This record gives sequence, structure tokens and C-alpha cells, in this order.
Amino acid sequence: MMSRFMRCIALATVGAFVTTAAAARDLTVVSWGGAVQKAQSTAFLEPFAAESKAPLRQASWEGGIGILRAKVQSGNADWDVVEVESDELAIGCEENLYEKLDWSKIGGKDVYFPEAVHPCGVGALLYSFVLAYDPAKVKDAPKSWADFYDLNKFPGKRALRSGPKLTLETALMADGVAPADVYKVLSTDEGVNRAFKKLDTIKSSIIWWQTGQKPVELLASGEVAMTGVFNGRITAAKNAGKVFNMVWNQSMFTWDSWVILKGSPNIDAAYKLLAYMEDASRQAKQMTMLANGTSNKASIGKVDAKVAADLPSAPENAAHAMEVSAQFWLDNFDKLSDRFTKWVAQ
Amino acid sequence: MTEVHILSRQLYSSNRHRRLASFALVLPLLVFLIFSYGFPIGTMLWQSVSDKEVGAALPQTVVALASWDGKTLPDEMAFRALAADIKKARADETLAPAARRLNYDVSGFREVLFRTARRLPPADTASAKDYLTKLDPAWSDLAYWGAIRNAAGPASLYYLLSAIDLRSDPAGSIVAKPNDSAIFIDIFFRTFEMSLIVTLICVVLGFPVAYLLASLPARLAYPLLVLVLVPFWTSLLVRTAAWVVLLQNRGIVNHALIDLHILNEPTALIYNRLGVYVAMTHILLPYFILPLYSVMKGISPNYMRAAASLGARPIRAFVKVYLPQCASGITAGCLLVFTVAIGFYITPALVGGAADQMISYYIAFYTNTAANWGLACALSVWLLGATFILYVVYAKLAGGVAGPKT
Repeated sequence: MMSRFMRCIALATVGAFVTTAAAARDLTVVSWGGAVQKAQSTAFLEPFAAESKAPLRQASWEGGIGILRAKVQSGNADWDVVEVESDELAIGCEENLYEKLDWSKIGGKDVYFPEAVHPCGVGALLYSFVLAYDPAKVKDAPKSWADFYDLNKFPGKRALRSGPKLTLETALMADGVAPADVYKVLSTDEGVNRAFKKLDTIKSSIIWWQTGQKPVELLASGEVAMTGVFNGRITAAKNAGKVFNMVWNQSMFTWDSWVILKGSPNIDAAYKLLAYMEDASRQAKQMTMLANGTSNKASIGKVDAKVAADLPSAPENAAHAMEVSAQFWLDNFDKLSDRFTKWVAQ
Repeated sequence: MTEVHILSRQLYSSNRHRRLASFALVLPLLVFLIFSYGFPIGTMLWQSVSDKEVGAALPQTVVALASWDGKTLPDEMAFRALAADIKKARADETLAPAARRLNYDVSGFREVLFRTARRLPPADTASAKDYLTKLDPAWSDLAYWGAIRNAAGPASLYYLLSAIDLRSDPAGSIVAKPNDSAIFIDIFFRTFEMSLIVTLICVVLGFPVAYLLASLPARLAYPLLVLVLVPFWTSLLVRTAAWVVLLQNRGIVNHALIDLHILNEPTALIYNRLGVYVAMTHILLPYFILPLYSVMKGISPNYMRAAASLGARPIRAFVKVYLPQCASGITAGCLLVFTVAIGFYITPALVGGAADQMISYYIAFYTNTAANWGLACALSVWLLGATFILYVVYAKLAGGVAGPKT
């Protein structure tokens, strides 16, 4: 009864989509809305639609592998090109929800940063979790996560993202683990204990944030001396007149990627769009609007030095950075998240 | 005879029109209730026991394990079934959802399953058991096999047990979860403890206000009542955000305390338990004041006068005469505040620290971030159960105690 009822609803919903979307079924590109999509739209999507003279539909989403799974498995996906986060890229590729990319159609693997290349996706945006501080309130400039965990040298509260992801990494680096070894150490029980032990040393001084804009507010109101934060938020605050500094040493970067949904009827147009977005000058245009790196190695050379200084893909910023491991968190998030919940309440 | 027959039929059909008309009148409400309550709650209940990913991906293994005792390693048949199932599940793309489900139970299972899928035994292997246990030590571990057996589906108590820190062991008996992952009982306790404290603060602060409102002449009471109602009608988000502004390190309250030389440096009033209590009490106070006020309004001042004329001192008269009469208002207010408080989400999320989050926060967390809908639904079911019990208590107390009628 219930399932028949649900099936009716599903049919009705699908029916509605089919009648509206399938008639023309233009190439549909889905990104994260807001400032991100606006920049992508100006730099790539609108000029592409104008040049190819083919209509292009845009939509936005807020992530969630469940949505992609439902769309692809219904055999009636109304999206073609989607920007996904690194864990959605890994899971979806495992579940065969995306087309395996033919790199010869989009310029070959060599033009891209190696981390932007994945069997199922090509890098769309590069962003970093960095240490940020207000130079007016912190006398010496902190240089690493070790300084972040040093309450004697840098008194005051700190803010970190609530949850184990991007938190345990900072603790290990502060405890002297080299960025390249962080996930190796964290894969062992001793490593996890070590991270929580290090966190214990500053536990009473941490304010945990949940939404992306919160750390900027905490920094601006003087509630915290320094915070871990995504770089784009700080650049936006700087553009709005705040004086904040970012520490790129030991920053943690991650890629959002473009994928083509499996069985897309517009696969040729989708490849043409991905190839169009490969262009370094177009990517540079996006970088002037959005403080995120882009996939083409040459793109960073085409932006203003002043803009480049705050981008994760700038060579001096990338030099001492590490990549957030989507695979590690896929395998361990549930367990470590329970442990974190337990620890934080103790 | 026929006339009577026709008459009764006419009567019936005219009644039928009326019945249809009245049914049509309640139909929109019925549809609304089904869609906004029945359907989502039913789906939630179903999701909390639905457990079909593993059965769909590893059908032969599940069958082979059905008669397994859970004390020694399964036999060769189960290993062969597993290898065949993994191969097929990989091709059918059903392996990933099953891996996700098994990883909830035994952390690391995801990795094991995909690692095994990449190096399956060749078809002519003599013993799949030898091959697989050599390939990955996990396959010699009963916990992994137990997880598969317990997830056979299509429905199970896994999520409901998990939400109260229990799990099934490989032999099928229910045991406590290991300490590191036993988190929910503490969180339920925290939720009830925080709600109770907020309720008590509401009683202490709300009683005098209700008493004042009820005893003042209307000319003075109504403006004061508006002061209670205006915040009641203001958006919860706005009021919570206002507390962030007031209580932060450089907020008005800290500044005032420093200017008055009560403090030397700002103290933490927010992003901790204190901030949550302040904001929640502010939001919930009207829920206590209003029912109590309406009960107090109905208590005739003559009772107190009578007590005084019989020689009772004011305190004695208050305790013996007044308080018992407003008891139903106090219980109603308390239960209302408590019931609303245990479902609080946004206020603790905004003004609390990571250790001050209530159960709703974790429901949202498992819905959005961890995407473990079964667990989110199971937590909701337990919360719904607690709320339902409170409702029954409320109904008994509110209906059972005959408050004074006006």
C-alpha cells in the first residue's frame, strides 16, 4: 500500500519532470549556486552557450550523493554536468554513477594539476582549509598548526570546524606529524589517540563552528584569536574591508570536480563544455571573481599577482599544503565522528 | 409499504448528500494530515527498521549464513557465496550501498569489501575459504560475518538498537556497543537534563510574573501581558541571534559587567551551556507563564481573604490555599516547556558549544552530514516515543486535575 502510494508520487514527480524537461532536454549544468555559480556562469557557461548557439540550462544543488543516485538509477536523469565534492566523486565513481572521462576530448591529463585528475571527474574548484587570524589582535604571526595549539605563546580562544574531519589533521600536524604522513598515522588507533590527546591541550579554548561564515564572524567580533577556515571566506571578508591574514603553511586543500552523469543524452555537448572550461584564460577570469584555484596548471600565471597571492593554487601557497583524503574519510568518518562526539562531551 | 420504502430511500439519499458534504468539508484537513503527518511519520518509522541493502547485494551469502551459529567461522559454502555475490554486486552496482551499511556496524568493512572485490578468488580455486582468509584477515573475524548476517534484512532492529547504544553480536544476542561509539544514551540524558533545568528556571522566573499579571488590575496587566506576548510572537531565530549579540565576548553584557567593575576581563557567556540556558529560557518562558496565568486568573481572591480572616498568615495562606489551586497550571506549564525543550535544535546549535547539542542536532547531523537516514529516523523514533509519553502524562494531568473553571 505504502510502496504503491510512493510509487504513484514518484511517477507523478517524474512525469512532471519528463514533460517539462525532456521536450528539449538542453544541456543541464548543476553547481552550488550563489557566488560560485555566478562566477562559473560569467566565466564559462554563458559564453559557451552563446558560442555554441545551443541553449544551456543551469540548476543548483547542495550536495548529497543520494540525489545523484536517485537520478541516475531512475534512468531518467535530467542533469548532465554536475559539480561534486571529493567524497561524492569517490563514492559515485565506485557506484558507477558517472561517465569515465575520455581525457583526449578535454585536452589530455597533462594540462591539469595532477590532483584535479580523477577517472570520473575533472577539477572544478580548489579550496583550502587554512589558519586565519586578525593581525591586530595576535602579536606574533602564527606560522603553523603548532602555533595554533600553543596557548602560552598565543593566548585566547580558537575556532575549529565541529567534527573530526579537518580537526584531527590539525592536531597531528601540530604534534609534529609531517603533512604527507597525516593519514597514515591517523589510520592507526595510536594515531587517533595521539590526535585526541593533542586536542585535549586546547579543548577548553576551542569554539566549534558549523557553518562556513561563522568563523569569519567569530574572528571579526574578536571572540577568537585565530580560526581554521576555508580560504574563500577570508578573501571575501578581506574584499569587504577586514584585515585578516591566512597561513598557507600546512593548509589542507580539496577539489570539487565536474562529472558527467552516466547515460547523459547530451554527452557530446558535455565534453565540449568541459573542454571549453579547460582554457587557462577563462579559468583565470573565474579566479578574479572567486578565490578558488582552477584545474589548468597555466591558469594561475594569467591572474594578477595580487589576486594570485590569496589563491590555493599559487605555487608558494601550494608548496606546504596537503590534500584532504576523501578515501580516508569515506572509510573512517562514521567511527571517528562517534569518537569525536564522545570526546567533545567529556 | 412501497411508500415507506421510497420515503426511507429519499431520507437516506438526502442524508447521504449531507454526509458527503460534511465529508467533503473535512477532506482537505484529512488530506493535509495524511500528507503532513501520516506520510512523513510513517516513512520515518519504516526507514528506522528498513535494512535491505545487504540482502540485495549479497543474497546468497545471507542465505548461506542463515543457519550459521556465529561462534566459529562459516563453512566453505558461505565463502563461495560471498565471492560470487561480491562479483555480481560489483557488476550490478549494489556493492557500494551494502558496503556503506556494513561499515556503520563494523568500521573498516567498506575498505575490506572493495579490497576483496578487486582481488576475488579465481573460479577454479580449491578453497574459497583459504583464499579469502589469506587475502584479508578480516574474513577470519567473526565480527565481519556477524555484521552480514545481522544485516540480512529486509527489516531489522539495527538502527533502533544503535540509537540507544546497543548492537547485535555475531551470535545474534543484543549487547552494549563498545565505549567509543556508545554516544546516544549520554546525549538523550543530556537532552533531558538540559530540558529539566530550563523548565526549573522557567518555574522560578515565570511564577512571579504570572502571579503579578493575574493580581494586577487589567489596566496595568494588559500592557505587561503584551510584553510577554511580543517576544512570544517574534521569530525564534531573531531572538537567538539577539542573544549572540548580547552575550558575546565584546557584547553588551560583558561590557556592562566590566564597566561596573564586576569583571576584569570578558567571561564566556556564550558557546557554552550557560548561553543555551539563557536563550532557551527566554524563548520558552511564555509557554510557562501563559497557561499558569490563565489558571491564576480563575482563582478568586476571596479564597485568600477567607484564609486571612480565619487567621492564616500570608505565607501559610499562600502555600495552603493559593498554591494547590494553581498546581494544574504549574504542571501544564512545566510539561509544555519540557516537551518543547527536548526538541530544540537551532538555539543550542547557535549559542551552544559542541558539548551542549541536544538530540535534534544529531538527527540533523545524521540526516544531512553523515547521510545515515536509518539512524536519524531511529533517533527520531525514540524522541517521538519520549514526547508521546510526555503527552500522555500531560493529558492525564491536565484533564485529571480539575482546575478551577471560570
